[in-house]
Amino acid sequence: MTHPMAEIDKTGLATTNGPAKVLPIIARGLIVSRGGRNVVAGVGIRIDARPRILVILGPNGAGKSLLLRVLAGLVTPESGSLSWAGSPPDRTRAPHIGFVFQRPVLLRRSALDTVCFVLRAAGGPVAIIPARARAAIEQAKLAAHVSCPARQLSAGEQQRLALAAALALEPEVLFLDEPASNLDPASALEIENRLIRARDNGLCTVLVTHDLAQARRLADDIVFMHQGRILARAPAATFFAEPPCAEARAYINGEIVV
Amino acid sequence: MTDLVNAFAAAFHLVLSGDRGLLEIVNLSLKVSLLAVAFAAAIGLPLGALLAIHKFPGRNAIIILSNALMGLPPVVVGLLVYLMISNSGPLGVMQLLYTPTAMIIAQTILITPIIISLARQTLEDLHHEYDEYLRMLGLGPVKRAMTLIYEGRSSLMTALLAGFGRAIAEVGAVMIVGGNINHVTRTMTTAIALETSKGDLALAVGLGIVLVTLALGINAVAYSVRAHPARGL
Repeated sequence: MTHPMAEIDKTGLATTNGPAKVLPIIARGLIVSRGGRNVVAGVGIRIDARPRILVILGPNGAGKSLLLRVLAGLVTPESGSLSWAGSPPDRTRAPHIGFVFQRPVLLRRSALDTVCFVLRAAGGPVAIIPARARAAIEQAKLAAHVSCPARQLSAGEQQRLALAAALALEPEVLFLDEPASNLDPASALEIENRLIRARDNGLCTVLVTHDLAQARRLADDIVFMHQGRILARAPAATFFAEPPCAEARAYINGEIVV
Repeated sequence: MTDLVNAFAAAFHLVLSGDRGLLEIVNLSLKVSLLAVAFAAAIGLPLGALLAIHKFPGRNAIIILSNALMGLPPVVVGLLVYLMISNSGPLGVMQLLYTPTAMIIAQTILITPIIISLARQTLEDLHHEYDEYLRMLGLGPVKRAMTLIYEGRSSLMTALLAGFGRAIAEVGAVMIVGGNINHVTRTMTTAIALETSKGDLALAVGLGIVLVTLALGINAVAYSVRAHPARGL
């Protein structure tokens, strides 16, 4: 599948099917607190069409998942600003961000109906929805399960189906929150290979993980978070060769970072 | 013992021969209870969805109230409706006392809290599971609520069946506001009470058999719709 968002114009905004709807995503001074603690504590970040796979890395509790939800417009920050393609987030543009949750969220329907529901929700020509859904399921290597209840698939198959549904939307940017953390290595590899194929087709991806090995395998660029703050952002090769801060170095070395 | 055997024999004869009087009573009972469930669903499902999805001042008080009202004594409901629609009551001009409409109103009041509470619980669980997902798809509040109702269809059907079970088996409220008038407001439960007091056990037992069969049927339907999601759909 060739992703429609394959071109980058002179301003750095993704283009192909008209102007970009959500990219670049620009956040400044984001603060979100939970239980009296700033879980996201003054974060600024910019997500452009490049780099292709941006990994938000850090230990558990660093605020990675919450930051992803804020950037997706799911959580409103207590302070700071967020813009999608130059304007505040709004519901109508949400389907341009594909989102895959840590635990796959699937409806009580067949695999095919699950993907059809996602496509119907996002709008577009109704007549071609079943064909698009079938194509997405086949690309996820789930053709044999097309009529199976989605929630009866194995954990790996469920996550592949959730990813297939997100990709079927042909989003401008794909957000993934620890998508392989509950999966066996073979299933995790399937997910990673699918992400690499999507990246090669031009999809901008933001992946939250605490898995260093996965970050090494996938990342083009790394944002390192610790205690609600972004401590470093660097190309993946640089980040691992010359860790830009003491916390990142300790994390890469397998030390406990608190 | 002979009386009991004779009563059962006569009852089975009434049921199997399709006795006209018995069918009339069963028909009215089903009509009143099904309409009460329909009205209670029309009120209870949206209200349950509202309570499940939205946080607003007084929400907890409404939840506590609807939970408490699930155990509302039918005779109290009957009395309240009687006071409202009797000639001296505020709705007396409508002349609803001792009509099937009065019985439907009483049963609707009786089962609406059941449907609100069960729907709220079901939809709240689904809301926690699907809210972020549905918002990420750009769905507005109405479409999100409709999706949750569809996803919770089997549990909500069970809630409706629970309401129907309560309505069809209820005697106190319909006796007070319906008056148990022959050919007008006589239901299975009020007829059983009357015929038993008169000593006509055949009709009472016959109606009892129909009532128990209905209860079994309702449970069978409830079980089958609950078994469906267990298969994952």
